Amino acid sequence: MKAQGAAGACDACLRRGFLVGHLAGHIAGVLDGRGRRVAGLLTLSDENLIEAVAAKQRAGALEYLERFDAGRAREHVDQARAGAVCRHDADYPARLADLDDAPPVLFVKGRIGLDRLSGDDPCVSVVGARRASAYGLEVTLGLGRGLGAAGVTVVSGLAMGIDARAHRGCLDAGGTPVAVLACGPDVAYPKVNRRLYEEICERGLVVSELPPGRRPYRWSFPARNRIMAGLSRMVVLVEAAERSGSLITADFAIQLGRPVGAVPGQVTSSGAAGTNALLKDGAALITSAEDVLDELFGSDHEKPNAGSGTAPVRRHSTDGAAQPRSDDDPVQRLLVEAVEAGAGVDGACARTGLPVGEVRAGLSRLEASGRVRRDALGVYRRTSVP
Amino acid sequence: MLASIATFALVGVDSREVTVEVDVRRGLPAFTLVGLPDAAVREARERVRAALLNSSLDFPLQRLTANLAPASMRKAGPSFDLALALGVLTASGQVPADAAGRTAVCGELSLSGALRPFRGALATAMGAREAGYERLIVPTENAGEAALADGLEVLAVPSLERLADLLHGRWAAEPARPRPSPRGATTPAADLADVRGQADAKRAIEIAAAGGHNLLMVGPPGAGKTMIARRLPGILPPPSFEEALEITRIAGVAGLGDGRLAGERPFRAPHHTISAPGLVGGGSQPRPGEITLAHLGVLFLDEVAEFSRGALEALRQPLEDGFAEITRAQRSVTFPARTMLVAACNPCPCARGPGDCRCNDVDRLRYARRLSGPLIDRIDLVCEASAPRAVELVGRPGQAPECSSSIRERVVDARQLQRERLAGSGAYCNADMDGPLTRRHARLGDGEEGRLLRSVEQGGLTGRGHDRVLRLARTIADLAGRRRICSADLEEALGYRLGSPAGLAA
Repeated sequence: MKAQGAAGACDACLRRGFLVGHLAGHIAGVLDGRGRRVAGLLTLSDENLIEAVAAKQRAGALEYLERFDAGRAREHVDQARAGAVCRHDADYPARLADLDDAPPVLFVKGRIGLDRLSGDDPCVSVVGARRASAYGLEVTLGLGRGLGAAGVTVVSGLAMGIDARAHRGCLDAGGTPVAVLACGPDVAYPKVNRRLYEEICERGLVVSELPPGRRPYRWSFPARNRIMAGLSRMVVLVEAAERSGSLITADFAIQLGRPVGAVPGQVTSSGAAGTNALLKDGAALITSAEDVLDELFGSDHEKPNAGSGTAPVRRHSTDGAAQPRSDDDPVQRLLVEAVEAGAGVDGACARTGLPVGEVRAGLSRLEASGRVRRDALGVYRRTSVP
Repeated sequence: MLASIATFALVGVDSREVTVEVDVRRGLPAFTLVGLPDAAVREARERVRAALLNSSLDFPLQRLTANLAPASMRKAGPSFDLALALGVLTASGQVPADAAGRTAVCGELSLSGALRPFRGALATAMGAREAGYERLIVPTENAGEAALADGLEVLAVPSLERLADLLHGRWAAEPARPRPSPRGATTPAADLADVRGQADAKRAIEIAAAGGHNLLMVGPPGAGKTMIARRLPGILPPPSFEEALEITRIAGVAGLGDGRLAGERPFRAPHHTISAPGLVGGGSQPRPGEITLAHLGVLFLDEVAEFSRGALEALRQPLEDGFAEITRAQRSVTFPARTMLVAACNPCPCARGPGDCRCNDVDRLRYARRLSGPLIDRIDLVCEASAPRAVELVGRPGQAPECSSSIRERVVDARQLQRERLAGSGAYCNADMDGPLTRRHARLGDGEEGRLLRSVEQGGLTGRGHDRVLRLARTIADLAGRRRICSADLEEALGYRLGSPAGLAA
């Protein structure tokens, strides 16, 4: 894995990263119940930070700082099969430095390098509600697939619902997913998305401000949102309620002057009140991956990242639900379509004209190759997020 | 004078001999009843007194003492009435003392002297036969059921007066004959041909019937899950004579059934508010629960996620062992409970159709988790029941759905293969096979084995699930009459296995 090893971080930055990890519990103690934003806390110098969050345990924290051993920290990172990149490294994403409180060091895990997030490479955050509607999930999957197929790096937060669906769509299309976590990069949280986490490690990148092994804190979710906004050239929201975490991401993006897009939701649905309010305030209206690409590159854009060998943009970005992989076997294609249409096993029988035994056998072959999935009750679901 | 009369008391679904001793001697008129009688048995004194007097027989104005032996066993219910009355008649010299030799009696009395039916006539008759009695006297209504036990003369008596006549030799009762079984009807009342569409559920129920597998149907309300489940007894092999006797005996003990030999396997569908004792049996005088009433048949749990956790938890042991054991301070009672479980639930907690569902994955997971653990362990296959489309409801011309009797033929053939293969092993069908039996009889080729191992490694399948898939594949091959499990069989079995256990555990 390219991202492995802590060679990309200098001792001082590494020390700062581990200090934040060490103080994570204290930060939680200071912030919990008093708003969820870290505000300027992370801009403070080491000593001031300790003073602000751990006044009583100041001695212990100072001692931690004193006795910090960069060698052992690097070993710790290695053991987690993770990597670390600090702001002095060429791979550190330049866009992130726009943040006042940009993390001095990022801990990463995955197959691609952090340089993928630098420079002009298109990179879009797709975020939204954990409790999303079927509509929101469907739109997100299409966005993820369309953006992934167009070679856009799709950033999200590995949360349930919209986030997971965005990652999944990107993976489906053979794109590069990036998950920004609120815990250490080696911690798969939430647990239900473990398989997704592993696939992202395999084919994309996991990024975090906290060193390996750290569990998530309440404050680290909004803190992670600022990193998502900082890494992306654009933030797209699908289904955000008012006062939701996704709106925090949008706020950060607005502060950084990055474009924000939103997918319109039902006006009667409180789950879409936040996104609809954003649209009213002038956010870009997003109905497909194409709209995102238009926003990024202008409406007469050429296909981005042509060298990566991905399929032509238009073919997939306009129809995100299309199956991007080739389907040689027409029966298999019919089965996948039946499941995606939510037709169930009986519907698949009707579409293929096959006896139900063969349909079940065919579906289990597709399941083995990861093309369809079943939920906890064994029902084939139209989409493939766990 | 002392009289001793044999009768029988129900213990679980069996019966135990109880001797009723009646002593009549001079003294202040009294009627004392000893030998651990419960309230209903105590009341028998009043019924006996009135019944004798209303039958133009004499109730002796003397000191009567009745003892129910063995005195250590609790006696419950009104079925001792007849034995007590006969004891009084014999002890007071109103019927010949030796008339009741090798004869057992059982029945409840009405104040008029008429005999009323009691629960568990067949169990009583079988107990009497085991205990070596030659004749059993029962109320007329019970005679048909009791007569199912052969090797025993069952006499139907309508009233106490007739009983006295019989013992005096003034009246001859015809030995009772079993009433004809309703099995004469060749087609089951509810036919699978009535069910339109539902290809998946129909296939699953056929496999389940062929291998005795427990089944979970997942589908929206109104899709027809109950309708399909009700038709399962009609495609299971018809009960053998011994099985029919067993079914009839249990139904009789529970006060169900019409006294005729059961022609179909039982189908029980308790409501989801049922308690754990209601499901597996219980009570101070343990009575059979729904799982015992479904013995050799089908136990259908609709809305399975709504059942209390305690009730589902209580099902685990009986489903595993094939019997339910109820332990009380005094003794423990064992009820037979070899049943096929069919469970049904909605695809998600909101129970709306696929288009309107607002549930997210977390809601679904939480819903599914309600049935994890106790039940999931014993369910071999899960299928979808989908709301049929209009075209299916009307039916296409020239495409009549298959009827139950032709499906039953395939099931019977598959069961025959299993019986031959499993003879002497203690298992009755594929679902009963334990680990070693599964490995012996459900071998896979190298290619299939690799395919199955991949499923295990991908994390979708546990070790237990591995065996379950093998058993299911074995049944699918049996249905097709194949000796070897081919890869299509295995893939179909994998297609019907339950959803990711990892998802349920998370």
